[in-house]
Amino acid sequence: MTDLPASTQKKLGLVIDLDTCVGCHACVTSCKGWNTENYGAPLSDKNAYGADPVGSFLNRIHSFEVQPKTGPAQTIHFPKSCLHCEDAPCVTVCPTGASYKRVEDGIVLVNETDCIGCGLCAWACPYGAREMDPVEKVMKKCTLCVDRIYNENLPEEDRQPACVRTCPAGARHFGDLGDPNSDVSMLVAERGGFDLMPEQGTKPVNKYLPPRPKDQDIDVLAPFLEPVADSPKGFLGWLDKTLEKL
Amino acid sequence: MHPAASIIAFTTLSGMGFGLLAFLGVGLPRVEGFNAFIFFAVAFALAAGGLVFSTFHLGHPERALKAFTQWRTSWLSREGWASVITLGVMGLFAAALIFFGLRIAPLGWLGALACIATVYITSMIYASIKTVPRWAHWSTNAMFIGYSLSGGALLSGEVNAAIILLAATGIGQFLVWQAGDARFAASGSTAETATGLGHIGKVRLFEAPHSEGNYLTKEMVFVIARKHAIKLRIIALVLAFAAPIVMLLLPFNHIVAAIAVLSHLCGVLVSRWLFFAEAEHTVSLYYGRQAA
Repeated sequence: MTDLPASTQKKLGLVIDLDTCVGCHACVTSCKGWNTENYGAPLSDKNAYGADPVGSFLNRIHSFEVQPKTGPAQTIHFPKSCLHCEDAPCVTVCPTGASYKRVEDGIVLVNETDCIGCGLCAWACPYGAREMDPVEKVMKKCTLCVDRIYNENLPEEDRQPACVRTCPAGARHFGDLGDPNSDVSMLVAERGGFDLMPEQGTKPVNKYLPPRPKDQDIDVLAPFLEPVADSPKGFLGWLDKTLEKL
Repeated sequence: MHPAASIIAFTTLSGMGFGLLAFLGVGLPRVEGFNAFIFFAVAFALAAGGLVFSTFHLGHPERALKAFTQWRTSWLSREGWASVITLGVMGLFAAALIFFGLRIAPLGWLGALACIATVYITSMIYASIKTVPRWAHWSTNAMFIGYSLSGGALLSGEVNAAIILLAATGIGQFLVWQAGDARFAASGSTAETATGLGHIGKVRLFEAPHSEGNYLTKEMVFVIARKHAIKLRIIALVLAFAAPIVMLLLPFNHIVAAIAVLSHLCGVLVSRWLFFAEAEHTVSLYYGRQAA
C-alpha cells in the first residue's frame, strides 16, 4: 500500500560528507555495477557508444561552485541519490502500490513487477532521485543496497551499500539515523548535518555534512617566504629612484 | 516538464468529452433518439478516447489495471476510478434515453456532477505535485474545469453558455499565466536550499554529473525559449477563446460552428502544451537551470 507508515522501526540512510568528497565518481560506478548485476532489472544504457548515449543511474555526482561574499570561490562535489524521505511524496502518488516505504527500516523501494512506468513518482520527487530505465520501462531508484546490507553470504564488512563500501575518501557513511546513539547520528549532530530542500516538507533521512570552513592563512610556511627586501638597493635602487623622478 | 503528446491529447480530449457529457446530463441540449445517439457518441469517443491516449504514456500499459488499487493516496488511481464510474453513470443515462426514450433526470444530474468531479481529480494529479510550483495551486483545478466546461458548452451548441464560459476561461488563463510566472521564485526553493550550501555563498553548477541528457533532464528540465512562450500564449488565447467567441456571435451556421470547435481544440492543445513545457521542476535547480 502507498500509505506511508506512521513510523519506521529504523531509519536507515546515508550521511554524505561534502567536506571530504573528492568528486571521483567511484560511488556512481560501484552503484551501477552492483545494481546492474543484482536486485531488480539491470540498469541499462542505450546507445552507449553512439552520439547520444543515455542510461539509468541511481547515484549522480554534481559539482557546484560556491562564491562567498569575500574570498575565492569553493568547488564542492555533491553526490545525490534517494534520500529515503520519511514523508516520501514519491510513494503516495504511485497508483499501483509499486512504490512503498518499509516499516522495518524505512527504505523506499519499487516493486518492479507492479510498476506501470507512468513516471509520476519521478515528478513528485524534488531531488531527481528516480530515473525510468530506458530499456525495462520501470522506475529505478536507490535501494540502499537492500541485497547487500542484510546479505549473510557476504563478509560482514561488505554488508553496507556499494557506494559507501567503495568510497576511497570515506565521504559516505551508512547507518540508522533513527537511533540518536548511532555513529551516523552522532556524526550528524557533531558536524551540523542538514536536509536538502527542507521547504519541500519531505523530511529526508539522508543527511549532508557541510564543508568545513577554509583556513584564513593558506599556508603556515607563507610568512617565512615573504620577500626580505621591501625596496631595491644598489643599481636597481638607483634606477627605481631615477625612474620615479621622471 | 516534458510536454508528452499522449498526455496533452488525453487531458484535452477527455476534458472536452466530460464537459460535453456534463451538459448532456443536465439536458442541455434536450436531445432525444438518433440526435442523442450522435451527441453521446461524440462525448464518449472524446472522454474514453482520451483515456486510451493516456495509456500510451505508460512504460507497461499491460499492467494498467493495477492503477485502480491505490485510490487511498494516489490521485492518478482515483482518476481511474472516477473515469470508470462517471462513464458508467452517463452510459446508463444515455442508454435509457436513446433506447427507451426515458430521461432519468436525477441520474443525469448525478452524472454531470461526476463529470466535473472527474476533471477535478485529473487536475489534482498535477495540482498535488509540490515540486512544480506553477501547478501546485488551486488555479490548476479551476482552469481544467473551465476548459472542460467551455469545450462542453461549445460542443453541445449552448451558444450563450459557451460565450460566457469561453470568455471567463480565457481571462482566467491569461491571469493564471501571469501569476504562474512568479510562482517558482515564490516557492522558496533555490540552488542554495537544494544543495544546503547557501550559508557559504551563491551556488552555481560548475560541472554537470553527466555529459549527455538523462531521464531527468529530458522529462523535467525541459526548457523553451521565453519569446516563443509569449507567442504561443497569444496563439492559444486567440484560437481557444477569441476566435470561437467571434464565430458564436455570428448568425448560427453548422460550418462556422464546426470551425469554432476545431479552432478551440487547436487552442486548447497549444495551451496544454504550454502547461507542461513552461512548468519548472525543482530538480532543475541541480542542473543550473534556475527559473527566471
